[in-house]
Amino acid sequence: MNDALDVALRLLIVFVVFLTFPLIVGQTEHKVMAHMQGRLGPMYAGGFHGWAQLVADGVKFAQKEDVVPAGADRRVFQLAPAVALLPYLLVLVAIPIGPDEGAVGQVLDAGIFFVLAVMGVGVLGSLMAGWASANKFSLLGGLRTAAQLLAYELPMLLAAASVAMAAGTVSLPGIVDAFEWWWLPWQIIGAIVFFVAGLAELQRPPFDMPVADSEIIFGAYTEYTGLRFALFLLAEYAGIIVLCGLTTVLFLGGWHGPWGADGLGWVWTLLKSAVLAFIVIWLRVTYPRLREDQLQKLSWTLLVPLSLAQIALTGIVKVVIQ
Amino acid sequence: MAPIPGSGLAKGLAVTLRTMTKKSVTEQYPDVQPDLPPRTRGVIGLFEENCTVCMLCARECPDWCIYIDSHKETIPAATPGGRERSRNVLDRFAIDFALCMYCGICIEVCPFDALFWSPEFEYAETDIHELTHERDKLREWMWTVPAPPALDPGAEEPKELAAARKTAEKLAATQAAQTTPASQAAQTAPAAPTAPTAPTAPTAPTAPVEQPEPPADRADARPGPTEPPADRADTRPGPTEPPAGRTDAKPGPNPEPESGSNPESESGPNPESGPNPGHGPTASEGGAS
Repeated sequence: MNDALDVALRLLIVFVVFLTFPLIVGQTEHKVMAHMQGRLGPMYAGGFHGWAQLVADGVKFAQKEDVVPAGADRRVFQLAPAVALLPYLLVLVAIPIGPDEGAVGQVLDAGIFFVLAVMGVGVLGSLMAGWASANKFSLLGGLRTAAQLLAYELPMLLAAASVAMAAGTVSLPGIVDAFEWWWLPWQIIGAIVFFVAGLAELQRPPFDMPVADSEIIFGAYTEYTGLRFALFLLAEYAGIIVLCGLTTVLFLGGWHGPWGADGLGWVWTLLKSAVLAFIVIWLRVTYPRLREDQLQKLSWTLLVPLSLAQIALTGIVKVVIQ
Repeated sequence: MAPIPGSGLAKGLAVTLRTMTKKSVTEQYPDVQPDLPPRTRGVIGLFEENCTVCMLCARECPDWCIYIDSHKETIPAATPGGRERSRNVLDRFAIDFALCMYCGICIEVCPFDALFWSPEFEYAETDIHELTHERDKLREWMWTVPAPPALDPGAEEPKELAAARKTAEKLAATQAAQTTPASQAAQTAPAAPTAPTAPTAPTAPTAPVEQPEPPADRADARPGPTEPPADRADTRPGPTEPPAGRTDAKPGPNPEPESGSNPESESGPNPESGPNPGHGPTASEGGAS
């Protein structure tokens, strides 16, 4: 009974985090992007600096009609948003934010495997949406998504593998436990590769070729309206949370910080994740979209070699210090 | 030297970050009224006291958006045996802002300074027909006309001021000559009879003969720009008299129709031009005299 309650509570907390954090990131994006462009952003909804803008957006989405195109593959079309969103919820369960038992939804021995495998499933949602929509723009978007997944999953895995090598474990809490401050310079290349590849997998600008609204409307999500469309958007922002959390845990030492080691570790995790989320937004505002060929070129000619070099470096250092 | 690879990317990040720390340029319009420059072309106000129904604005308007109706009124002769005067009375003055293209030609062309730009811009309507605004509304907008910005420090003296100052100087010279000893008075005496009339109201002596009424108004409006001159007259030694000189100079029939023709408009403009000093030139004659 106690175990069941414990599990239920953990899942509830993860679920609440899953529902609120993306909104916080989304609102931050509204405001940060606006100010980076010399604007104010939302100012009305909720009264104080438009804090309730995304709540209002959610209400609006919920009121809209849920349209399924006549030619669409109905089942797949309707299932796609769930497939896009749920993996991030599952990944969130495995991300530790503090050193003790209570600070992670579920400790998994094969944490990295689980996390990366499940995150890869999220892209399937976009593929399904693109294929099932019976729309050429959706199809193009879906294919671009697939190409992007292929190109960026590899450097992401390699970079993660480098950390696993360094720590000698694939468990996420185990990696953070093994973390020393000098890992930061040691794994910096891997960190950058992981972060950039993660951005590309989330289809965040500047890697948003699959949804490039100026050429293919909104890619795989073109035919979606209302709540299902909102779920895709939520998936993107949940993806930001997951990516920032993972980068923090794998490369930035999670709950390790200069001070406040006992009891306040989770603050460090959240703080580092928040900074990374800000960088995600910052990159979106600053850079224009990469062309499809540039996107592929960046991965295959830059990120993959870099991550391989990182693995080599990790291996050499690992051998030397033993 | 080749730029460091990636320096462009860093520069881009710096630009966005710097912009974020600066104050945003958003105008929160409905909450905060915009700070408009004084020459903003918001709406056209009508200073109807100055309007003589000359129709120039309506005729010059490129898209014919000004509607003017008027009728003629006859004013009985001021002196027994004199001639009746007639004048135009404005019945309707409307501008269709659905047609108006805000070119400002009507304002430029108005010889009596009856039309002004106002920065007021909140007069949207839900029906296009309601955009035809009548004279009362146009008159109300006059209250929103700001004072014109001051001239640049080194700017040329405005023509009105120069002319008025010249007049005042001449008059002062004449008066100085009159007050000086007889010997000098003898020299200026031949000039004296003409001088008092000519400089003060150049049109006055001739105009009333053919066209009694409009010139009277014109005499109002033209030398009208003398409010600034009035200032100047204060600073100058003699010219506090010019107004007096003028009334003196105009022989009998002229002043009466003038004052009798539109008493309201003559007294009216002045208190109204008070809050908007910029209109000085328009309605100032009464104030100056």
